[in-house]
Amino acid sequence: MIELDEAAYSYNSDDLLAGMTLQLAPGSFHFLTGPSGAGKTTFLKLCYMELMPTRGAVRVFGTDVRAMSRDAVALNRRRIGIVHQDCQFLDHLSVAENVALPLAVSGRDPSSEAGNIDELMAWVGLDGRRGARPPELSGGERQRAALARAVVLSPDVILADEPTGNIDWDMAQRLLRLLVELNRMGKTVLVATHDLNLIRAAKAQVAARVLRIRDRRLQSAGADL
Amino acid sequence: MIGRVAGLADLLKGDGSADRVVPPSGFTAHLTLFTAGAMAFLTVFALALSLAAGQLADRWESELARTATVRISAPEAQMATQTAAVLEVLRTTPGIAGARVLDAAEQAALLEPWFGPELPVDSLPIPRLVEVTETGAGYDGDGLRLRLAAEAPGAVLDDHTRWRRPLVRAADRMRLVGYLAIGLIAASTAAMITLAARAALAANARVIEVLRLVGAQDVYIARAFVRRFTRRALSGAAAGTVAGAVMMLLLPDMGGDSGFLAGLGFSGWGWAWLPAIPLLAAGVAFWATRAAALRVLGGLT
Ligand SMILES: Nc1ncnc2c1ncn2[C@@H]1O[C@H](COP(=O)(O)OP(=O)(O)OP(=O)(O)O)[C@@H](O)[C@H]1O
Ligand SMILES: [Mg+2]
Repeated sequence: MIELDEAAYSYNSDDLLAGMTLQLAPGSFHFLTGPSGAGKTTFLKLCYMELMPTRGAVRVFGTDVRAMSRDAVALNRRRIGIVHQDCQFLDHLSVAENVALPLAVSGRDPSSEAGNIDELMAWVGLDGRRGARPPELSGGERQRAALARAVVLSPDVILADEPTGNIDWDMAQRLLRLLVELNRMGKTVLVATHDLNLIRAAKAQVAARVLRIRDRRLQSAGADL
Repeated sequence: MIGRVAGLADLLKGDGSADRVVPPSGFTAHLTLFTAGAMAFLTVFALALSLAAGQLADRWESELARTATVRISAPEAQMATQTAAVLEVLRTTPGIAGARVLDAAEQAALLEPWFGPELPVDSLPIPRLVEVTETGAGYDGDGLRLRLAAEAPGAVLDDHTRWRRPLVRAADRMRLVGYLAIGLIAASTAAMITLAARAALAANARVIEVLRLVGAQDVYIARAFVRRFTRRALSGAAAGTVAGAVMMLLLPDMGGDSGFLAGLGFSGWGWAWLPAIPLLAAGVAFWATRAAALRVLGGLT
């Protein structure tokens, strides 16, 4: 699905990430951890083609990202559901419209899929908040709305950046269950988090592989987690 | 081409869901409306100028219609001999189809507008007029003048084309100036709309980023802006055109044939051009916004 081959990235002269090699196999579940500022978000941006590797290669669905046109990037992003660390919404639209946004931009008529949207809102527990504006949502509600939007096109891959960043433990577990459920449906899932409790809780439910960014490199975390 | 026109028509149809993804913007909307309106208003007058100048040029061109006059001023005693001499010269000049001496009544009719009906034509030393008709090929004016000077010293060839031709040229030039003005107005409209569109794109940078992240292609994002600007330009220009047309109707009527200004304003088919102004504005807005949007979006990483 997504493949990194000795990929490196630097914002300025020094490498932030180097020698990243990884294959996200279909249906796999990965955690990405590391201290704040290690480059987890940057790593995800490489995966969803927001950033191009400064060295090495990143291949998404078999195509080198550097060979992709802007249109190709847009089309491939529809196969990747992204939950951003800072959940980006369009504040002038309702939550339901934001969730339906990927449908609208891919040329499908959101009104003809209203049933699906309703179902999805119920699945993330937001059926009562459909008409609210994103700024009116709580942190946990925003995270769940972001997850609903990420899966509305039923993507092959889900990338989640600190999806439990600013929510309590109960809500975090609820979100984790949703991600595990998606993985059981066959989606490839990659979650960046520094919440080790979340990772432990996940390992009880799913065969997840844990990666850690340390000293600019990607390593497999040991069984100590 | 038909596809493009259909695309444009499609674009102007009701509020698509795509429109809502970009929040409504304040000042760029007003700027576009105002610019399109003002420019359309000016275009009405530039168009009127072009059409009127064109008609004038055509009319004068056809009135140049191959007539000239020979004016004979001579003492009473020599008048008959000089007239005969002139007629003989004209008869033997190649390129002249006919010559006819105007009679007293005709001369009086010509002079009446200047001196009134009471003018005693018979008792005044009024020059005699000979109307000359050219053949299609025309005659050599300078040669004829020389021969007349030799045969009939009191005869002067009055060639209308000599003073009308520059007027026709001026009218032609005026028509060109009108077209040029329309072109300049269209270009400034494009420039203003480009600026407004760029401002709108910059103001919506975050929206654009979110749209890209959920998989929107550049054309989709561009369309949201293009649709808006095209619609605003169309309605602004429609209002400006109507205002301009009303102004034209309120211009004082200069009467049928009062020289240069006759026919400034629209007549007949001239009015049919007016609906083209908003369409032109919409077309300009469409291309300007589309080019600006695709360029700005293409420059993003
Ligand atoms: N656009 C940018 N330009 C320059 N430096 C940047 C940019 N984005 C991030 N960085 C730097 O790169 C480093 C890694 O940032 P990144 O957001 O990838 O870390 P992270 O692992 O996601 O951290 P956190 O756990 O706090 O989210 C940080 O030191 C950050 O300051
Ligand atoms: Mg981060």
